[in-house]
Amino acid sequence: MAYTSTWQKFSTRPAMPRRGLIARNPSVLYFLLALAAFTLGVTLLSEATGVGVLSTSFVKTLGKTLCLCLVAVAMDVVWGYCGILSLGHFAFFGLGGYAIGMWLMYARTEIIVAESLAASPIPPTGQEISEAIASQIFGVVGSSELPAIWTFADSLFLQLLAVVLVPGLLALVFGWLAFRSRVTGVYLSILTQAMTLALSLYLFQNESGLRGNNGLSGLQNIPGLEDASQASISIAFFWASALALGLGYVFFAWIVSGKMGSVIRGVRDDEARVRFLGYHVEHYKLFVFTLTAVVAGIAGALYYPQAGIINPAEIAPIASIYLAVWVAIGGRGRLYGAVIGAAVVSLMSSWFTGGGAPDVNLGVYVIQWTDWWLVLLGVTFVLVTLFAPKGIGGLFDLVADWRAPHRHEDYGPDASAKRAEEGEE
Amino acid sequence: MTLLEVSGVSVSFDGFKAINNLSMQIGEPELRAVIGPNGAGKTTFMDIITGKTRPDEGRVIWGESSVSLLGMNESRIAQEGLGRKFQKPTVFEDQTVRENLAMALKNPRGPFSVLFYRKTAEGAERIEEIAREIGLTDHLTRKAGELSHGQKQWLEIGMLLAQDPRLLLVDEPAAGMTPAEREHTTDLLKRIAKTRAVVVVEHDMEFVRRLDCKVTVLHEGSVLAEGTLDHVTKNKDVIDVYLGR
Ligand SMILES: Nc1ncnc2c1ncn2[C@@H]1O[C@H](COP(=O)(O)OP(=O)(O)O)[C@@H](O)[C@H]1O
Ligand SMILES: [Mg+2]
Repeated sequence: MAYTSTWQKFSTRPAMPRRGLIARNPSVLYFLLALAAFTLGVTLLSEATGVGVLSTSFVKTLGKTLCLCLVAVAMDVVWGYCGILSLGHFAFFGLGGYAIGMWLMYARTEIIVAESLAASPIPPTGQEISEAIASQIFGVVGSSELPAIWTFADSLFLQLLAVVLVPGLLALVFGWLAFRSRVTGVYLSILTQAMTLALSLYLFQNESGLRGNNGLSGLQNIPGLEDASQASISIAFFWASALALGLGYVFFAWIVSGKMGSVIRGVRDDEARVRFLGYHVEHYKLFVFTLTAVVAGIAGALYYPQAGIINPAEIAPIASIYLAVWVAIGGRGRLYGAVIGAAVVSLMSSWFTGGGAPDVNLGVYVIQWTDWWLVLLGVTFVLVTLFAPKGIGGLFDLVADWRAPHRHEDYGPDASAKRAEEGEE
Repeated sequence: MTLLEVSGVSVSFDGFKAINNLSMQIGEPELRAVIGPNGAGKTTFMDIITGKTRPDEGRVIWGESSVSLLGMNESRIAQEGLGRKFQKPTVFEDQTVRENLAMALKNPRGPFSVLFYRKTAEGAERIEEIAREIGLTDHLTRKAGELSHGQKQWLEIGMLLAQDPRLLLVDEPAAGMTPAEREHTTDLLKRIAKTRAVVVVEHDMEFVRRLDCKVTVLHEGSVLAEGTLDHVTKNKDVIDVYLGR
């Protein structure tokens, strides 16, 4: 009976000394070291802070790549760890970009308008200034009124809040509806595609109040930093992106380790079983979906000031599919895999489509990579899925296997495995 | 005291009545064996209680305050204190034995409690204790997927213990076990049943005999006979449909 007596409560004892996150996941440390080394290298080679080997536009490309890595890490958590193949996370990324873009555009236009009106003989009224701002921003879509959603555009703080809240709330509402009805698998993927398609179609309309297909532009000009060169701004955003990636990586490494990680991987592998253990699976899915959407929004808010422009095409359904492809190629279910996939594929993508890759002359046909890159990417994706489901990250396992002793053989004979008669199944 | 009361429950799949006006009461503590030929509806019966299958009619009443389990989803029912071991062992193959047990361990189940959960010495002790009970002490750091069929059965029983439920529904626990392991299982179930309710579905008559408890015979989705094993095995209907073959 000693057995049953200890069944009862066991939450009163003090917490055990816990090994730190890094100790349990050495890959986090390696990743942070690699990121720090990379950041230092770029800093020393950039125009603003270093010898100037790297052009400002290349520093921006690298900074943007870090943001893509961050959204890929979020994608890996929702898909690779929790098993939700969301094909809509780039929509959250874009929403973050729009939220910060509104402030950038508004505040900068305000400065320009104030300057030009200051020269006029009669000092302008507040009314006149805001009308001038509206016609500056919305002249392009034939309007001169500031839509209601721009109400808070003059406040950096509120727009930063929107970077987090808008993707977060959309994910929360969408996820609540979808998970509550137990939409799973390919149906959920289709639903997320529908969400991002609907959002981008909506934004394409001038009535959306976000300048339709023109999108928001001039985002590289940071209000209040008129005197700073683009070279300095680019390195500052690069640092911010590196910091965000580092923090996001550690944060998600913490989320997916320990008991939370155990439960969400359980949801991925057998969600019914998790339910029978008493976990409300829907709550976990909603938690992961929303959290990753918020991080996607933050990544977008850092990306678009470096890109300079955001328009609804950015949120097109295909963008979210690319995101999944990056994670698959990099190796899902391991955070560094997502980073590798996003970095390698997005950089290669801009190299191939930007005309960097030399054409291949086959005699009868000339392969121009601007046209054939997508085919190459698609074939790579299929091959990785079929023959290397662990992706590029799987290579690290080979190294680890080679270094570690073969522990599988140390357990001695397994009596029940050798048994001849088994119960019927 | 009656812990679980199932009354007049029926369910059909595409017109086929898998459970037909089934009624049963389980007390606390109690050990109950449910036997019956393949396809009698034993697993479906557990599906209904645990919320996996919604019955077409009938009631499933639980606990002191007589709440209905029918309106609840699976996780809510599990939180009420119903634990289940599946016929086909289902463990998280990608995770270690320890992680499997830790996930099952009785603790708050909400996402935020889980996120900020800190391992306690008591929890670790409890896992060690269960591992000893199920003979997997040397395998705690091994992936569950590497275990043999019988060891997975044990792990799932261990997860059930870790859940610390009031009612344990155990579907064919002895499948894939050696005679010695079967004996260990019966001892364990009998011990557990001293303080809680245990319902065991089993084919193996020797196993049921060793459980030495009240037996319910299911046939075509309803109760054919109920009583001691000797009593039901003398029942003419039971001999005809089950034992006679
Ligand atoms: N989800 C389902 N859909 C259709 N038929 C089912 C389903 N679940 C069980 N059945 C049928 O119900 C009957 C009872 O099955 P089951 O409860 O598994 O029997 P037992 O566990 O007693 O062997 C079987 O004929 C089975 O084919
Ligand atoms: Mg069965």
